[in-house]
Amino acid sequence: MITEIVFWFFAILTIGSACIVAFSRNMIYAVFSLLFTFFGVAGIYVLLNADFLAVTQIMIYIGGILVLLIFGIMLTSNITGVDIKSGQTGKFQVFFAGLISLIIIIGLIFIALTTKWYSSVSPSEINSTIDVIGKSLLTNYLLAFESASVLLLIAIIGAALIARRK
Amino acid sequence: MGIGLSHYIILSAILFGLGIFAIITRKNAILVLMGVELVLNSANINFIAFSKFNSLKIDGHIAAIFVIMLAAIEVAVALAIVLNIYQNYKHINLDEIDNLKD
Repeated sequence: MITEIVFWFFAILTIGSACIVAFSRNMIYAVFSLLFTFFGVAGIYVLLNADFLAVTQIMIYIGGILVLLIFGIMLTSNITGVDIKSGQTGKFQVFFAGLISLIIIIGLIFIALTTKWYSSVSPSEINSTIDVIGKSLLTNYLLAFESASVLLLIAIIGAALIARRK
Repeated sequence: MGIGLSHYIILSAILFGLGIFAIITRKNAILVLMGVELVLNSANINFIAFSKFNSLKIDGHIAAIFVIMLAAIEVAVALAIVLNIYQNYKHINLDEIDNLKD
């Protein structure tokens, strides 16, 4: 019972603030409701027994990506002008975009409801996934892990090189 | 009514559609990036939901970790590009940016 209440709370939080992200004309409202979306997704992760992923979500998304996006908005909008609002899109484009995304949503929900998913729920007591994740990152996924670190290094160098003022 | 796998898939489907809507309709480059983040989050919810309902195998969690890492990389590089565009054009309206070099 308590699980359902928590699930619906986080689901409504996530969907509602994602709606503000998608529809709001004010960029500041959009970026701050993105924070609540990330927080709701972290709550969903906790419900799915993914404690490490939830903490990672809060640390990287909210602590890193969201701060970067806010910096981007601050640096690229004329504070004195009205440019902080996102530009209007034509009614025609909004209509077709809504149609396309509605078709995608309905199609995905139809697939989700009609497919017989293989599901074996594990009621076994699992204390924490950190142990298992750490072991498998350094055994089965070692090559992906190392190449990810190289990719991060390349991205840091590339971002610094691109953003440098000539 | 318990919370099953389909609940999570429907949640991530709605999040995906909202992200696609944001990507298509937004004109500001940073708001497009926020739509991309919504799409990546919905993919992550799917990964972890399938991992949970497959007797908590850890592979989905590993995939989600790599997705989060790639999202961080993508935002860093994309913001560097956006700042560079802003220096050249003094705006980041995607409809009016049509030159690679001025």
